[in-house]
Formats: sequence, C-alpha cells, structure tokens
Amino acid sequence: MFTLGPIGFLNPMLLAALIALPILWLLLRAVPPAPIRRRFPGVALLLGLKDEAAEADKTPWWLLLLRILAVAAAIIGFAGPVLHPEERQAGSGPLLVVLDGGWAEARDWARRMNRAEALVEEAGGAGRTVSVIRLTDRPSEVVFQSAEAWSGRLIGMEPAAWAPSDLEAWAAALPEGDFDTLWLADGLAHPGREALAQALRARGAVTVVESPRPVLALHPAGFRDGKVVLAISRIGGEGGMAVEIAARGPDPAGIDRELARVPVSFEGAATRAEVEMDLPPELRNRVTRFEIPGLRSAGAVSLTDDSLKRRKVAILGSGGDDEGLQLLSPTHYLRQALTPVADLVEGALSEVLVAKPDVIILADVARISGGDQAAMLEWLEAGGLLLRFAGPRMAASDVSRFEEDPLLPVRLREGGRTVGGAMSWGEPKALAPFPEGSPFFGLALPDDVAVKEQVLAQPDPSLAERTIAALDDGTPLVTRKVLGQGQVVLVHVTANAEWSSLPLSGLFVQMLERLAVSTRPAMPEASDLAGQIWVPEEVLDAWGAARNAGEIAGVEGTVLAQALKAGPNPDQPPGLYAGLDRRVALNVIGAETELKPAVWPAGVSVTALEEAAEQSLKGPLLGGALGLLLLDILAALFVAGRLSGWRRGAAALALAGLALGAAPERALAQDEPLPGDDFAIEATSAVVLAHVLTGDDALDEMAEAGLRGLGDRLWQRTSIEPAEPMGVDLEADELGFFPFLYWPVTAEAPTPSAAAYDKLNQFLRTGGMILFDTRDGDVAGFGGATPEGEALQRIALGLDIPALEQIPQDHVLTRTFYLLQEFPGRWQEGALWVEAAPADAALEEGMPFRNLNDGVTPVVIGGNDWASAWATDAAGVPMLPVGRGFTGERQREIAYRFGINLIMHVLTGNYKSDQVHVPALLERLGQ
Amino acid sequence: MSETLSQGLRARAEALGQALPPLLAQAEMLAHTVMLGEHGRRRAGLGDEFWQYRPAHQGDAARLIDWRRSARSDAHFVREREWQAAQSVTLWVDPAKSMGFSGAKGRASKADRAQLLALAMAVLLLRGGERVGLAGGLPPRAGRTQLVRLAAELAGSAEAGDYGAPQVEGMVSHGRAVFLSDFMGDLAAVEAVLAKASDRGVLGAAVMVLDPAEEEFPFDGRTIFESMGGALRYETRKAGDLRERYLARLAERKDRLQSLTRAVGWHFSTHHTGQPAQMALLWLYRALEAGR
Repeated sequence: MFTLGPIGFLNPMLLAALIALPILWLLLRAVPPAPIRRRFPGVALLLGLKDEAAEADKTPWWLLLLRILAVAAAIIGFAGPVLHPEERQAGSGPLLVVLDGGWAEARDWARRMNRAEALVEEAGGAGRTVSVIRLTDRPSEVVFQSAEAWSGRLIGMEPAAWAPSDLEAWAAALPEGDFDTLWLADGLAHPGREALAQALRARGAVTVVESPRPVLALHPAGFRDGKVVLAISRIGGEGGMAVEIAARGPDPAGIDRELARVPVSFEGAATRAEVEMDLPPELRNRVTRFEIPGLRSAGAVSLTDDSLKRRKVAILGSGGDDEGLQLLSPTHYLRQALTPVADLVEGALSEVLVAKPDVIILADVARISGGDQAAMLEWLEAGGLLLRFAGPRMAASDVSRFEEDPLLPVRLREGGRTVGGAMSWGEPKALAPFPEGSPFFGLALPDDVAVKEQVLAQPDPSLAERTIAALDDGTPLVTRKVLGQGQVVLVHVTANAEWSSLPLSGLFVQMLERLAVSTRPAMPEASDLAGQIWVPEEVLDAWGAARNAGEIAGVEGTVLAQALKAGPNPDQPPGLYAGLDRRVALNVIGAETELKPAVWPAGVSVTALEEAAEQSLKGPLLGGALGLLLLDILAALFVAGRLSGWRRGAAALALAGLALGAAPERALAQDEPLPGDDFAIEATSAVVLAHVLTGDDALDEMAEAGLRGLGDRLWQRTSIEPAEPMGVDLEADELGFFPFLYWPVTAEAPTPSAAAYDKLNQFLRTGGMILFDTRDGDVAGFGGATPEGEALQRIALGLDIPALEQIPQDHVLTRTFYLLQEFPGRWQEGALWVEAAPADAALEEGMPFRNLNDGVTPVVIGGNDWASAWATDAAGVPMLPVGRGFTGERQREIAYRFGINLIMHVLTGNYKSDQVHVPALLERLGQ
Repeated sequence: MSETLSQGLRARAEALGQALPPLLAQAEMLAHTVMLGEHGRRRAGLGDEFWQYRPAHQGDAARLIDWRRSARSDAHFVREREWQAAQSVTLWVDPAKSMGFSGAKGRASKADRAQLLALAMAVLLLRGGERVGLAGGLPPRAGRTQLVRLAAELAGSAEAGDYGAPQVEGMVSHGRAVFLSDFMGDLAAVEAVLAKASDRGVLGAAVMVLDPAEEEFPFDGRTIFESMGGALRYETRKAGDLRERYLARLAERKDRLQSLTRAVGWHFSTHHTGQPAQMALLWLYRALEAGR
C-alpha cells in the first residue's frame, strides 16, 4: 500500500490521473458557458445597444477551480484513500489468529474482535483458510477453515475471566505445516508464552498486536493496623497515574451501591501502588467487592470474603457475679463495645473453644483449668487472640506470680497498686502516648482517661518489648505476647469502670477494634480448605460482572487452595466459594500476583493495537466530489444568468442543505438529545394511555381511536386528564412510562422476543396493567376456541401472569368509579378475567365486600372489543355502531364506564377497596 | 375525397367551436362585472326606457302625452324616453406574432388578453345597442349575432408578421375605434393611421398590452434574444447590463404614443397581462364613454 502520512491508498495507480488536471484546466478555460436563446418581442427595443463590459468569453477562474477540485476529489476518492491504514497481512497459506482471551483483554475486547474480524474477512478475500484460537480455552486441535465459517463464530467469542495458563500444551497442539500467525496479545507475561511463540515462529511469520493502554490489576484487600489496605499493579503506562478504588456492597436496604471510594496514584515509574481505606466496621462488614470504577475487567475487581466480615468474639467473665449490679459487671462495657461490630459467643470456655471464635476475652478470670488451657493454647497457636482484663480476682490470685503463665504475657507482682485513692498518695495516672510499633499507635489520647488501680508486671528482660501501652509514669498498661500465630494481650485494669475510666472512653472501643480486627489471616491456608467441597456462589465474568454460579459444580478444598495460589482457571472460575462455615473469594489477582510485561522472542514483530481505527475516506471524498459538481451546476446557472427569482432561493436552499449534509455528524452530537428522549418526554409529560402496535394498521388505528375516545370521557368526567394515546412497539420502546397498555390480539400476532418479554414482565411487576382484548366476544365465550384466543395463549405463555379467575361480583373493578356488574364493549357476551383473589379471602362481618388482594390486577383479559366501542373520530363522533338504537347507545355508555373504572383501578389501585374500612376508622376516631 | 375534405372542415370547425365559447363566456363574464358595477341599471336602453316626464310643449303630438301621469295634475306631461343614436365602434386587435408572447408559464399571452378585452368591450357595446366591427374585416353591425362573428374573426386572425400595424379599413367616419396592441413595431405606421382616423373624425382609445417581463426585463447572462418570428436577433453577453437602457427606451416609446394619441384626441393606456383584465376594460369603457 502506498501511504502518505496517515493516509494510505488502495489503488495508488489511479493517482496518476491527477496529472491530467492541468490539461483539463486549459480545456475548460477555453469553453465559455453556452448562451441562452430567448424569444422576446422587446428585442426591437434592444437593437443597436452595445454590451458595456468587454468581458472575455472565458469561464471564470473560480468556476474552473470548482470543477478541477471536483475532478481531483473524484480521482483521489477512487484511488481508495484510507486514514490510519492497518498493516495488511501480505502472504498466503493458512492464517492463525491467536487471542489471549484473558481478563486483561476484556477492556478493549470489542476492538480486538473488530480487528480479528477484519483479519478473517481479509484472509477470506484472499482465499486463505483461517483458524482462531483462544488461549484461555483448553488446548484443542487447531483446524483451519474458510473465513465464512469463522466470521459467524467470532461474534460469539468472549474473553475468559482468567489468564491463559496452558500455553505449552497449546504449542504441542499446533498442527504441522506452515502458516502465518497474528497474535492479539494482552501484553502480560504468561507461563509458556515464549515457548508457544517459538513454536509458532517455526511454522511461519508471527505478528503480535498489543494494546498500548496500561493494564491495571487490583489485589485483594488486606489489613494493616485495622485499616483495609488495597494495592494496584500496572503494566504499561509510565509516569504518574491516578485511579480510584471503590468499595461496593449492599446498603442497609439491600441495594448494591458504592460504599466508599479512595484515590490512589502511581508515583513515577512505580508499577504498584497502595492505599489505605479507613472504613467504619459497619461499612467494612458490608463490602462485597472492591473495584476500579470505569474499568470493565475481572482484574479490576476483587471480591471480599469472610476475612472482611465480623469477628466471632467470645466473652467470658468470672463466674458467680450475676448478683452484682449490671453496670459493675466486668463484661458490660465489652458487650456494649463489641455488640455492633462482632458476633458474640457466650458459654463456658470449653464450649466456646469448639465454636472456634476469632477472639476470646477473659474479664478478670484468674485461673483456667488444665484441659481448657491446653485447648486454648492450641487455639492460640492456630491464630486465636486472647484478650484478658485484670481485676480484683486476678490481683488476689497468685497466677503467673513466680513463673510466667502461658496464657499471660508477663509475670505479675503481688497485689497490684492503687494510686490517687482515698488511702493513697498521688494523682490517678494518665496514659502515655502509644509507642510506635504498638497496634494502638496513632490513636488520640483523651485527657479524661485515668487509672486508679492496676496489676503490676514483674520487670523482666522481655517486658519492654511486650508493652504496647503504658501509663505516663512508664508502668505497663497493656502487654502482649505472641504465641504461634496467635497472641495473648493483657490489659492491666478491669474491663469495667472500677479501676479506671478507660472503659468509659471512646479510646476503649478503638483499642478493642484495633485488637480484634487484626486477627484473621487474609489468606486461608490450604489446610483450612482441605476436606471440604467448596461450592461457587457467584462467579465473575471477564468484565468483572458477578453472576449467579448456577450449575457450576463445587471443588475440592485442595484444588481450590491450589487455584488460590496459582490463579483461577477454566475449572475454577473467579468468584465466591462457600464452604461449611466460611466463604472464600477466588480472585483473578492474588495478593502476590505480579504483573510482568510479555517478552517476545526474536523474529516476532510486535505492533500496537491502533488507537485510531482504519477509516476509509473514499465515501467522503466521492461525496465531496458530487457536492462540488452540484455546486458547479448552480454556479454555471449563475454565470449563464439563468439563476433568477425563485431559482436563486432554491439554489440558496440547496447550498445550505449541502453544507448541512457535509457537516460532520459528531459536531451535532453534543447537544443532541439521546434517541428516544422525545418518546420518553412525550410519554411522561402527562398520563398517556398506550396500545400495543400489532402491525395491523386498521387495528392500530382503531385502538388509538378507542383510547382517544376513552381519554375524552376520562377528561370530561374524572380528574384524570390523559394526553393523546401512543402506540408502543414492544420490541423497541420503553414500557415503563405507561400505567396501562391496551393489547388487541390478532390471530397472527407475532410472539414477542425474549427482550420484549423481559420488558413486559418488568412492566407487570412494577404495577403496570395490560388489557388483553381478543375482540372475539361475538363468536366465542373466552377460551381457546377462537384463533385469537389461541394467539393470546401463545403470547401469554412467556408472561409472568398470576392465576386468573372470572371477575367476581365484589372485585374492586366493579366500583372504582361507577358501580358496574357487566363490562361490555362492542360485544357483551364475553367474560372478563382478572387476577384470582387469594384463597383465604373471606367476607367479614358487616362488610359488603371481601377483603381481596392488595394491589392492581396485572392483566385484564376479555374479548369484548372495547376499543371499537370507545373509538371516536377527531370530532368526538363514535366511529362504529354498537348494538341497536338506544340499547346500543346504553351499551356504549357502559363500555365507557368500564374503561373509566379500569383506568381508575390502574391509577388508584385498591383505594376503593380500602374505602370499606372508612366507617371503622371513623368509629375508632370517635367521630 | 369529399370525405377527407369534410372531415378536415369539421375538425377545424370543432376546434373553432371549442375555442370560441370559452372566450365568449369569459368576455361575457368580464362585461357583466362592469354592468353590475359602477354603471348598474342606470344606463337607459335605446329609446325603450323611461327617462323623464316633462310638461308638454306646443307641437308635441297628442299620442306622446302620458295620460296616466297627466291625470294626476292639471298640466299635460310627456313621457320622454332616452334617445340615443347608435355608434359604430371599430376594434383592432394586433394579430402579429409578437402578441403571442407570454413571459411566464400559466400567464396568458398578450394576444389572449387583447382578444378578451376586445370581445368583452364588444359585449358591453352590443348590449348598449352600439354597432361593433373589426378593422380590416367585419363591418360594424348591431345585435348578438355580431358577437359570434366577432369571436370567430378574432380567433381566426393570425398574421405572419413579427409586429403589426393598425388598419384604417372598415373604420366608419365619426365612429369610434379601439386599438389593442403591444405597439412594439414601427411607430410611424401607427402615427399614419392615427392621422387618417383623425381625418375621418374617428375618436377612440389605444391600449398597449404588455407582458410584465417586457416591463421588467428580468434577464441576465449571456443571451441571444429573438423576435417571436425569429426575424430579429440580438446577442448580448450580459443581459443584466442592458436593463436600464431597455427600460429607458420603453418609457420613451410610451411617451411617444401618449403624445401621438393626445394630439388626435385619443386616449392611451398601458395594460399588463399580469393585472386583472377588469381594470383595463373599465378604463376602456370610460374612455369611449367620455368621447361620446
């Protein structure tokens, strides 16, 4: 292809014709415009007059320029200019198109597919056979087929939510024989990529196309100092870059929405950025996923599992204290502080340990029996957190006096101390600022926290490192000891306000939070998972959207543990897996996943996926040439003086039209309302009765006329003032704007599409009503007998319609506006079907009506051809006769009344039904 | 042989018969508007209508006395009827090709308008009892049948020449004459005819029938102008530049005609085919009435 800057030409030879332009110029220049011959009697008066200007008989230069431009545009247009031309794959033989097809490609999947389709189409044009493989699939035989066979299949291809992994197997599955390869890659290194590239290179030329856009990946959330830590990795994209991370979850009403959002930015060339998200526990417990907003990729989504959920906390007080006042109970403040943020477990220590709590709090419990101690030690080793509070019992006992108790972090001195009391010197002690390295570091100290009594730690070599909070005189207040994966924390005061005011302060809650939150390891161990079947609850697709896992089978724990380590694969898609007592999130990106850019072996040419798509300029140029030629016609007319009077106006109009047509459409797009806005505004500016367009023009007109007639009656008699009725195309139009749909059913009515059924069911669920009219009340009672009835059954099959019954005498439809017992339209024999009353509806004493179902019947079905009875022309004159004479007019009136009742029912619901309670309400008010 | 002859005759006659009634009907209608208009029923008929009662003089024949009126008073009254001598009016409608011009689609040609005016005038005059004829053909006669003859003669008159000149033949001395033409030809011929008419004591009116295109000259660009017969040719590169000078010449021609007609006591007016014919008819009627 011959390229000129960003423009390439498909047939550059044609450009040679441009040489002919100067010759054309000379030719055109010599030929003046032809004169007009006119018959004109006044010529007698003209004889003898001379032309004033001695103008040469030549075409004006601007007209020449116009024509030359037109010809030049046509020549260039036919030469096939293309903006941003794609490199064409020259060559012959089979072409293999390789798609990585992983999560990293989801972001610009459409562009990749366009590219792949173009390649396949082009190869088909050149008579080459094609094969398209997706590396995220399991390796299978590569079969080269004609391009037509592939083009249909390409449309259905979707990226997978995991990364390609089995590339070596793919390399082994490659067929023998030479073929060229085009590899649409995601730019990430995958194991075996190089080997596959080598294998492909051995078969023929390999071209790799990579997107220049950076790939972002969100790591699972972790905890640090009680805060959620989020990390993002990136590949590609140098320099600073700011993105946001959003936490999503159900709000208190259960609706999924964004709960928090933090900005995070990459510094310089860094490929990893971290951010802390400080979430209140209530919110944090609700987070179901973190995501990078606006980035549709499974890699930009990190599902959360139980590691973010509420702790299970067991609180044990010293026994036999139940007779004391509640405010003096050593566990009262703990319960108060922990109830909102944790699940509390009660019971004896041996029972509690079975429940495997995350935290056990012992308030003033001195001794633990031997068996319990062993179980607790085991639990601590496995990662439990034991939080102990001192108290009179502990001070009085000699636990940990001479040698360190395994369940206490320090040795204790006898008796403890009292400061600032009635019998002692000195002031109550305040807290010293928390040292760095303490889990409490950074918490603000309130000034009103004072300690009056405490137990004292024996000075030991290890005391200093075990102290995580101290009083301002240096006495340890909180000490901690690590035991295996767990830890023991001792607070040297009571958990109630007896010894200090600490439990009364907000600091107490914060300290508990910091301690309790940092308990569970974010990454479950393989041993935790083994021995269970983990059933996926929801799985992610490549675009990061979660959907119900449905039929996907559960996996063995060890397999899941392996997937957690290595990343998801076709058998274990990313998602949320539920076991017996916890749920584990399998994310595309693990905590340790490292993004590495792809490395390609020598001999593989790498090009970027063009940002600007190839754009053919042939159309605009030829269009421009045509426009110029049209202009030339006008100009020639003008020069020849034939452009006068109305012709001038028409010419100006044509010029304006030409200018408008030539203006690029996107220039208008800014303020253009969205398509469908007009429809929405028209449908929502007033109450609009709508009818379903059946495709039968006469029927649609009749339905519209019927609704117009009914609307007029409504306007005259009620406070409902409907606008002009509208026809609704079930497939194309939004139904949510209408309260009521009239649906005349014809025998040959098409069955709506699945999308239309979705809309209809949504419409019915959200309070809309459909009046089905089979219009066969003259020939049949309602039933399957008539063709229309059968069509209705066929249509209603896909609708979410409740059980129906013939309208009972006390249905609210009989009294929403008029009192009615029959519902005629043009016919009056047909029965009317509405939603069945609940089975337990009973007639109450003294009530004229049963207390029927709450709400509006979603469908009313009948065959009385109401629209024909309602139909009026523009002047308000009925269009079709109903019955005979006065009786017929009476029937029409009743038909209108039925229509009014129906619309009233739609708009006011069971209001009239509730009216029966008015006497009772008045009586209760004492009126 | 005779069959073909009669067939040709018949076809022509039918064509004529088809053309005539519309023109006649149009003319009658036009004339009718005048009658209903300003003049109304006040116009007395030829000696038939009552004019006034006057006291009887000596010499009045006894049969002239209106006894019914006289019986209501002592004096005798004579019932006078309006007496009016019939005039001979000669119409000349330019039959030349230049009259066939029409500047726009849907606009009647000048000839059409001129014939319509002439015929409508004839209807009015014949209804008033005058005698109407055509210059150079039909001698003036009274009666409705003359109308049919006039119509036939007008429809059949077409001349080969590009521009026409008025004729004096058939003009009755001391009669009236009406010239309907575009007066685009040689003015000397017009002058000569007017002089002859004035010699015979003929008074009348000349109406210059022009197409609006001839008044405006809405042409531009390179153009070859040809007369209707093609005898005259004129080529220009910029017709628009000629407009001023053309209009000046036209105005000069009108002035000259005005002065020529005024010199012999005639009336002159210009009528455009773009205007309704009624105005011209009204003016023409007044012009003839004034001379009476």
